[in-house]
Amino acid sequence: MLKLPVYLDSNATTPMDPRVLETMIPFFTENFGNAASRNHAYGWKAEEAVDYAREQIATLIGCTDKEIIFTSGATESNNLAIKGVAEMYASKGNHIITVTTEHKAVLDTCKHLEKSGIEVTYLSVGSDGLINLEDLAKAITPRTILVSVMIANNETGVVQPIKEIAKLTHQHGALFHTDATQAVGKIPVLVDEMGIDLMSFTAHKMYGPKGIGALYVRRKNPRVKVTAQMDGGGHERGMRSGTLNVPGIVGFGKACEIARNEMDSEAARLSALRDQLQTELLKLEESYVNGSIEHRLPHVTNMSFKYVEGEGLIMGVKDLAVSSGSACTSASLEPSYVLKNLGLSDDLAHSSLRFGLSRFTTQEDIDFAIQCVTKAVNQLRDMSPLWEMHKEGIDLSTIQWEHH
Amino acid sequence: MAYSDKVIDHYNNPRNVGTLDKSKNEVGTGLVGAPECGDVMRLQIEVDPETHVIKDARFKTFGCGSAIASSSLATEWLKGKTVDQALEIDNMDIVEELALPPVKIHCSVLAEDAIRAAINDYRVKNGLDPIEDNNRIH
Repeated sequence: MLKLPVYLDSNATTPMDPRVLETMIPFFTENFGNAASRNHAYGWKAEEAVDYAREQIATLIGCTDKEIIFTSGATESNNLAIKGVAEMYASKGNHIITVTTEHKAVLDTCKHLEKSGIEVTYLSVGSDGLINLEDLAKAITPRTILVSVMIANNETGVVQPIKEIAKLTHQHGALFHTDATQAVGKIPVLVDEMGIDLMSFTAHKMYGPKGIGALYVRRKNPRVKVTAQMDGGGHERGMRSGTLNVPGIVGFGKACEIARNEMDSEAARLSALRDQLQTELLKLEESYVNGSIEHRLPHVTNMSFKYVEGEGLIMGVKDLAVSSGSACTSASLEPSYVLKNLGLSDDLAHSSLRFGLSRFTTQEDIDFAIQCVTKAVNQLRDMSPLWEMHKEGIDLSTIQWEHH
Repeated sequence: MAYSDKVIDHYNNPRNVGTLDKSKNEVGTGLVGAPECGDVMRLQIEVDPETHVIKDARFKTFGCGSAIASSSLATEWLKGKTVDQALEIDNMDIVEELALPPVKIHCSVLAEDAIRAAINDYRVKNGLDPIEDNNRIH
């Protein structure tokens, strides 16, 4: 049975796996203790559960349990990593390098630091969404303390060459942070193998609960430290104070364990469904895939349909829960900055749809999505004066448009 | 955003989608908006040269549901009116009929502009001066 609207927005969030929920429930009621309470069994039980979850999470990303700092989510992790490094390593330098297509949690954190004297270089990307390693090499200076590049982009799913980026960063003595929000649990992410010093990730993108995330902070080769951004009881090795969200952490741990066991088979199944969706939609004239097809998450595709307006398209696919690259809430349209940084024109950025498949996506869902998008695009084009002009061979750029 | 039932109805069942022969003298064509602004409306009228009654009206719109609904509604209202009567259609009438929220008022303005542009195209083709309009602020 198809449940409408069909959910294909797993880059925004994923439904929680029932197995995750099941492990969490006792920690709301009978095992409600504070993991920091050292004097009674309630506290010990909670601490034990947190330790176990820490182990599950550490195993997924190939680190030790002491290197996991719990936060409220990836936004907080990104803030803690970047601000915390900038503060801790202020005597070493004041230069940070990141990329124009990063999530706002990284970009706006960097912008905030710029106000207090930190210099930030924003690397651009090619039409495939990938950074150029030579650009990175040129941008690094002796004052560079941190390079922050996401593993997989939230809008396009494009996966950066992390190992090479980290290597280059280390050659120049800087630390490497990555926002791995979209990647952890979906593709293999191993911090040692990839050379990651700090890594932000969150439970709710991998079938876990919302409100719990983590920052991986390397303890050996090199030993990395971040200055706490929240003062209090000195939890999490002094890097993040605040009572631990025990049920959330337990769920996060379980989500990581499931991901580790099922990632390979899930990725294979979802990439087949994703490819089918993409192949069928590419049969529509003037439809395009945004970003690298080769270096991409297995369950994501971002496509544009020319001569169709984004908001109209979203209305036409109301039975699909998808995201559009068009943030059109008023007369002033703001197309996705990520797609614009890939070099897409405003109109193609507006008419984009982001599909993110999940563990619970079925063949039936994909068949329905193909049918739904195809119908909406065809209907809107039948109604579009731009499509008619295109079909008549008129170059739209030669027309004198009346701007409002 | 929540659309009104009338907007949804026009979006799902647009009235008078199509193209009239723009080379004909009785046909006036208005093309307004710009692709990078996210709205382009083309509205066409076919006028009876004797009675000046609009016999047919057609639209094609690239835009959001409110833009599509505004132009679809405009074609419905245009048919049967004389050219002079058509000039009296005010964008706020469209806003009211479709219950457009404030952020979508520009869609109704665009529809009114498209009506005027189509009428002016018809007038110029038939040796009349275009209607000047200096009071409008966009």
